[in-house]
Amino acid sequence: MSVAISVTVPVPVPVTVIGGYLGAGKTTLVNHLLRAADGLRLAVLVNDFGALPIDRDLIVGGDGDDGGDTLEISGGCICCSYGSDLMEALLELPRRRPGIDRVLIETSGVALPGMVASAVGLLEAYALDGIVVLADAETVRRQAADAYIGDTITRQLAAADLVILNRCDLVGAMARDETVRWVAGKAPNGRVVPAERCAVPAELVLGLHGGAGGRESNVLRTPGGVAASVLYESLELTLDRAVDVGQMARALTAPGSGVLRAKGCLRDESGRLVILQVVGRRAEITAAPAGATPGTLVVIGLRGQLDRAGVGGAAYLSS
Amino acid sequence: MTTIFSARRILTMNPSRSEATHVAVRDGRILGVGPLDELTGWGPHTLDTRFAGKVLMPGLVEGHSHVSEGTFWRYLYLGRFDRMDPDGKVWPGAASVEEVVERLQAGDAKLGSSPESLSGWGLDPIYYGARRVTRQDFDKVSTTRAVGVMHASGHIFNVNSRALELAGLLRPGVNHPGVPLGADGLPTGELKGPDAMTLVGKHIGFDREVLANDEPGLRQFARLCVRQGVTTATDLANLLPDDAVAMMTRVTGEPGFPVRIMPFRRFQGITARQAVEHVLALREKSTAMLRLGQIKLFVDGSIQGFSARLRWPGYYNGAPNGLWYTPPESIRDLYRLALEAGVLVHSHTNGDQATEMALDCLEGALLEKPARDHRFTLQHCQLADAAQFRRMKALGMCVNLFPNHHFYWGDQHYETTVGPERAMRMNACATALSTGVPMAIHSDAPVTPLGPLFTAWCAVNRRTASGRTLGSTECIGVADALRTITLGAAYTLRLDGEIGSVEAGKRADFAVLEDDPLEIGAERLKDVRIWGTVQGGRVFAAGDV
Repeated sequence: MSVAISVTVPVPVPVTVIGGYLGAGKTTLVNHLLRAADGLRLAVLVNDFGALPIDRDLIVGGDGDDGGDTLEISGGCICCSYGSDLMEALLELPRRRPGIDRVLIETSGVALPGMVASAVGLLEAYALDGIVVLADAETVRRQAADAYIGDTITRQLAAADLVILNRCDLVGAMARDETVRWVAGKAPNGRVVPAERCAVPAELVLGLHGGAGGRESNVLRTPGGVAASVLYESLELTLDRAVDVGQMARALTAPGSGVLRAKGCLRDESGRLVILQVVGRRAEITAAPAGATPGTLVVIGLRGQLDRAGVGGAAYLSS
Repeated sequence: MTTIFSARRILTMNPSRSEATHVAVRDGRILGVGPLDELTGWGPHTLDTRFAGKVLMPGLVEGHSHVSEGTFWRYLYLGRFDRMDPDGKVWPGAASVEEVVERLQAGDAKLGSSPESLSGWGLDPIYYGARRVTRQDFDKVSTTRAVGVMHASGHIFNVNSRALELAGLLRPGVNHPGVPLGADGLPTGELKGPDAMTLVGKHIGFDREVLANDEPGLRQFARLCVRQGVTTATDLANLLPDDAVAMMTRVTGEPGFPVRIMPFRRFQGITARQAVEHVLALREKSTAMLRLGQIKLFVDGSIQGFSARLRWPGYYNGAPNGLWYTPPESIRDLYRLALEAGVLVHSHTNGDQATEMALDCLEGALLEKPARDHRFTLQHCQLADAAQFRRMKALGMCVNLFPNHHFYWGDQHYETTVGPERAMRMNACATALSTGVPMAIHSDAPVTPLGPLFTAWCAVNRRTASGRTLGSTECIGVADALRTITLGAAYTLRLDGEIGSVEAGKRADFAVLEDDPLEIGAERLKDVRIWGTVQGGRVFAAGDV
């Protein structure tokens, strides 16, 4: 678990790094998130425009002015290719498109998402939200044993806050469970989310209610997949007293808590209002923006795996 | 209009007529080479005796350089070793960090009150012992002007506090493996790897967009080529946007431009199909002086940067294995489509695992699309072993090895990166030749200085900076080395029917030498004095360009 405390003005734009080998479903996930953006203005940075990064029906235009490396996407989102120069693309983004709420970086199949996340950390205008790594339930173990790309696959998994184990529909339940355990062993700092066709709740990647985009509800949606409530459960805690936010963060990111995402505006013991965010086992505590109202912590996890009692107890004990 | 040049000796690289005294030139091409009385049969001519005391060779071919060497000379040279600039001035190597700082201080004084940044290149602190270069060193140069110096490897910057401040990095809490922190919790001023470097680059005069399409840099590069006897040079690689292609077409087409430029399109940010389509379109725009239509691919990183992909047992110092720059699926796709379209692909592989993967990918692609004479070339390919050279031969590949590494980093390879045994077989030129793999050797300028005769010296002597001979069994003979920097390199570029030897019908491209490289002795091959070149029948004296 890592807890970082920072106070920066203006508020840095959250960045999610999406990694995983070729064919694991990164592009599918990105398209799914764009459809679920729900008013959030997303900037998707992709390594290249090679094999159609965005579904055609989402594209509302290209921008001829900058050499064709930008696609306009419905809902005020954009997609840019960055080639080798991700840093330049991130530096340019605020000038090119002010008012972006969140950045998704889709890395190349052989990139190490942990290194990309470190690079994001060099830029004061951005803050890493989390690292999501996709893995193909059918092929990930074979890939991890490959003489060439094996260590790349395991280094990708090791950096993950959330591993989306995709294509679980292509393997039997036993093989799936075995692969989940295997991936969990390779991703000790992350949590594993089994999925089919990348149909995970958008909130897992895009953040929970209370983000900058004015999202309306916390009803989890998994378009195209099984109803979210079958697979996930959420917990809403009211915390109107001052809490030990560090202890709360430790409880939420503990190995067995089952927390995939959490977010809340809390009053810490010195009376300061802070935002606590958890992605997998990564926690971030930042100063709350002006006008934030304290008191609610929303937690989501896989159904049956969220340690409701433990999380609730921690909230009680730390307050 | 026929000109017959007389020379002390002409080394032709044509075994059926290996040397001669005269060469006849018409319309920029070689009419014939031999004794004068054989050449007069071509009719009226002018006898040009200005080279009567000099030695002519085929114009030298640099199969792996970057035009940016011409750009870098606008920055202060701060390397450890003497280096000649495009004006022919030799900049002495800096012997210590203090000397580096003194030179920067002199550069700062020259800029006076102008607010512009001060940039240097070629820094190689490994020669200054364990001491790291820090921002405090460069703060002695200026605290108000951004000061930044690129390392010789091209993979690291050292900057002063002002440059860090402009890049938003002079703050606590920076957490990045490429940005070491000092005892005060602030960055030391060393910035490793492209991400950290991009952030400061624009503040210290290394703006990538400027470097990508640099007309003055191209002109300076051409002047360096003349000084080194080079008449054809590659630019490996370039994204080749339309404006850069237009600029290169215009400049190389000028009557006084002295070197044929062969840019490779970097495979990056597009699909294999798009890359092949792009270079097929570019190929139509090729001219005699600008050869377009080939692709360069990066498979891995660099050995001294520990980003090359090594097979077991990996790095000698235990560093984790390096990085793949392109997934195997994309490499194989590119190879297959390029074979189908007859497009030449050169692949950067430094580590032996990267070489192995490129071999596997080509083997697979050739099963899908059998092709003869593709001349796909492995660039650097520094750690290949004998079995890999045998596979290259079997698959019809060429290799372009990097013997300059022995001199500049051979001691580090021996002591740190790959250890004694593999350091001694690095850039195995003798194995490549005995296996029958068509071979070139290169400088990778500006990583090491442009100069094929120096590169030949490195391949012949395998001497490190400290004087160690790095694997004498891989040394090659002078004659083989000279053939490698002419016809050998031309072959890897599919230009061997046009350049690379002095024989009837080929381009009248010559390196004009004061000394005879076959007589000066292997130890002194690098000291051969170069008068200039003849390119397409046009005479370029190094002192005049």
